[in-house]
Amino acid sequence: MDGPTLLVGLAGVLATSAPIAVASIGESLAERSGVINLSVNGTILLSAMGSFAVAVTTGSLVLGFILGAIIGAVVALLVAFGSITLRRSQVAVGFVLTLFCRDLSYFLGNPFMGDKGPRLAEHGIPLLQRIPILGTLIFKHDVMTYFSFVLIIVAWWWVYRTRPGLTLRAIGERPEAAFARGARVNLLRYTYTVVGGALVGLAGPMYSLSVKAGWKGTISGLDGLGWIVLAIVIFGAWNPVRVAFGAYLFGLLQWLSVVLQPSLQGIPSQVLQVAPFPLMILTLLFVNVGNAEWVDRILASLPEASRKRVAKILRSLRVVQPRSLGVPFEPD
Amino acid sequence: MEVQVKQIRKHFGPVKANDGITLSVPAGAIVGILGENGAGKSTLMKILSGFQPADSGEILLDGKAVTLRSPADAIRHGVGMLHQDPLDFPPMRVVDNLLIGAPGRLIPRRGDAAQAVADLAGPLGLTLDLKAEVGSLTVGERQQLELLRLLWLGARVLILDEPTTGISATQREQLFGTLRRLAEQGKTVLFVSHKLEEVQELCTRVAVLRQGRLIGEALPPFRVDKLVSMMFEREVTPGERLSCATGDTLFRLTDVSAEQGRIKLDPFSMDIHRGETIGLAGMEGSGQAVFLRSCAGLVATTGGRIQLEDVDLTGKNYHHFKKKGVAYVPAARLEEGLIPGLSITEHVLLTQHKPGFFIDRESGRKLAQQRIGDYNIKGTPASPVESLSGGNQQRTLLALVRPGAKVMLLEQPTRGLDIESVIYLWTKLKERCNDGGSIVFTSSDLDELLRYSDRILVFFAGKVSGPLDAKTTTVDQLGYLIGGRDISGTGIFDETDPVQEGGLDG
Ligand SMILES: Nc1ncnc2c1ncn2[C@@H]1O[C@H](COP(=O)(O)OP(=O)(O)OP(=O)(O)O)[C@@H](O)[C@H]1O
Ligand SMILES: [Mg+2]
Repeated sequence: MDGPTLLVGLAGVLATSAPIAVASIGESLAERSGVINLSVNGTILLSAMGSFAVAVTTGSLVLGFILGAIIGAVVALLVAFGSITLRRSQVAVGFVLTLFCRDLSYFLGNPFMGDKGPRLAEHGIPLLQRIPILGTLIFKHDVMTYFSFVLIIVAWWWVYRTRPGLTLRAIGERPEAAFARGARVNLLRYTYTVVGGALVGLAGPMYSLSVKAGWKGTISGLDGLGWIVLAIVIFGAWNPVRVAFGAYLFGLLQWLSVVLQPSLQGIPSQVLQVAPFPLMILTLLFVNVGNAEWVDRILASLPEASRKRVAKILRSLRVVQPRSLGVPFEPD
Repeated sequence: MEVQVKQIRKHFGPVKANDGITLSVPAGAIVGILGENGAGKSTLMKILSGFQPADSGEILLDGKAVTLRSPADAIRHGVGMLHQDPLDFPPMRVVDNLLIGAPGRLIPRRGDAAQAVADLAGPLGLTLDLKAEVGSLTVGERQQLELLRLLWLGARVLILDEPTTGISATQREQLFGTLRRLAEQGKTVLFVSHKLEEVQELCTRVAVLRQGRLIGEALPPFRVDKLVSMMFEREVTPGERLSCATGDTLFRLTDVSAEQGRIKLDPFSMDIHRGETIGLAGMEGSGQAVFLRSCAGLVATTGGRIQLEDVDLTGKNYHHFKKKGVAYVPAARLEEGLIPGLSITEHVLLTQHKPGFFIDRESGRKLAQQRIGDYNIKGTPASPVESLSGGNQQRTLLALVRPGAKVMLLEQPTRGLDIESVIYLWTKLKERCNDGGSIVFTSSDLDELLRYSDRILVFFAGKVSGPLDAKTTTVDQLGYLIGGRDISGTGIFDETDPVQEGGLDG
């Protein structure tokens, strides 16, 4: 593969990973606040279908994206209501919703199957797109991909640099302590869950109106991505930048499975297609291996110098989840 | 700031936790709040600091009536509370901990906050590493951080609920020094404690609660017997020193070594006899907890053998240890020992290992009732454990240890208990020794260690010294050893070569 092709390929990875990056950051925000929104997979399908249908009928891309965000927000609101107000299990509520939304999307999407719809166009940024390498890589995308870049930076800045971000981390960590310091824990949890859900919802139209334009029902190839999003959030330790990195890694794996197909004749193409999923899960396992006790024991038997190095790498990879993730908070 | 409460009432179901308390504290005072377990001390403190609303009554600060709707509201009025387990955020940095909940603009200025707090800390004799993660600090340091944070937010009334249970002696002295200086500045301190010597040392006045009422107040010089009879309505004297130690070995440790986190225990051997009580002394984190956990099978030993009677337990897991009769009671009540949300009955049912699939509620309830009577727990079989007062949670934990246990490993068994309960609890424990069981316990209270142990092991940085004979050791000697210094001339042990064989006990 020559340089320019490679560059275009990598730029493609950034674009195709954008929906996953946006959804993962949305989910990270919700989980940071202490709420697991398990409905991601269904939400992405439903919003992909819904926004496609709206865009086809009205011809408006903007309406499509708005509807996608609204669908995500509404589903997230249901999760928040079930888990925060009704104090039901977040896992149960989210799981039921994900199944429901998925089936709903296939059912309601039937009339639009295979329709030709509008698609978000690419807009190179004047001047910047002429910069060698970077220009092609970053400044020749559609508007939602730019949005994903901005979101990564803004989300990181919000979480780690601002006062409300500090409070966000606090309520996911120790809500009772955050409450004692004046945080309105449950209101904030609602807010972040809904905002996070809206971002997850945006991932739908980012697929159906851009990356994988169209709606093809069960063969749209979107089923399962939501679960990867949940895994990436853990991989990324709820840190927007690391989470985005996870999303790109997944995009890269998907791309490789396509480009490498011709040179790996022996392997059935189906295997290559699904390979990124187990690979992603394996990465996840590897990242968290530093948490295990038996690893400590093995490490203890290594010579001093190399042990320190390995331990350091493992420690930097190790993820610590927000301590109150999934735990309801009752002020008394 | 002057603090007054008038006719404060608060009930939980039928329990009158506060039953019309009226109390007035002048500015600059350090008030000791005393009372038996369940007297209503924490409830009153929580009402004063906005954590719980009172059912009725008035709070006046500098003569002005205020309503404290939340802890944040209370701190705005100048009232801050320091919890026994500091309400902070362990994985975050110290600066971030300061900033959470502090008012200000969108992007906090970490530098300014750090500077302001450092300026506060200096004159109080405290130092704080602002870049450290809170989780890596000791409980004592986390308390200092909370204290500084409250002062930074403008607290003029400080409430401390049993602040000295988890911290070292040095940190306690430091805390007391700080509190005295704050009182000199006109701040008011409310100090809840079960340790009368601390109250004597620190407080400028004392208020005693019993059954939700204010029983009386006292000014220095305080007479311990007087305070005790106010607290319990009768005199309380510690019983005779009891020893049920026999000569035959029950629990044998041979060259046992272990490692957990940063703490590494050197190989250690000892024979623990039937009926014997072994006290483990040492500063927090010196290895005594790891020792206790390896004896319980919770931490895998890295070498040596553990035998209970004739059974070899080396390398077995916790459940195996437990089945063979080794019981372990952790210090963290609500985190490790009890399950919030379950009642006393349900706890009793959980600890009973009866055959059969269905639970027998009625017998469980009866058993719970009996244990409640036995251990003098203030609560009913149906009380969820988190509704019990601190001391009563501790009693419940001990009441749950099965009667058949041969070796009881107790981590700070009397933490948070009032004096009478400590004595009562030890009577109960000694009964078990009398039946041939052995007890190994940790404590930060030197008097308790000397009074109730037969032999004492002192831990310092993972090294074990001793065993010392509790009858002939003095508080000073023990204090020195805990600080890692040898008691020269006594010949009890030589620091460069700590006694590691069980030779001294025969
Ligand atoms: N949330 C609650 N629900 C039900 N009962 C409660 C609750 N909090 C406290 N109580 C009851 O109120 C009484 C007073 O409790 P409180 O915690 O104030 O005692 P305390 O004086 O602090 O005791 P200790 O020295 O053991 O900490 C106890 O009988 C306790 O069981
Ligand atoms: Mg209390």
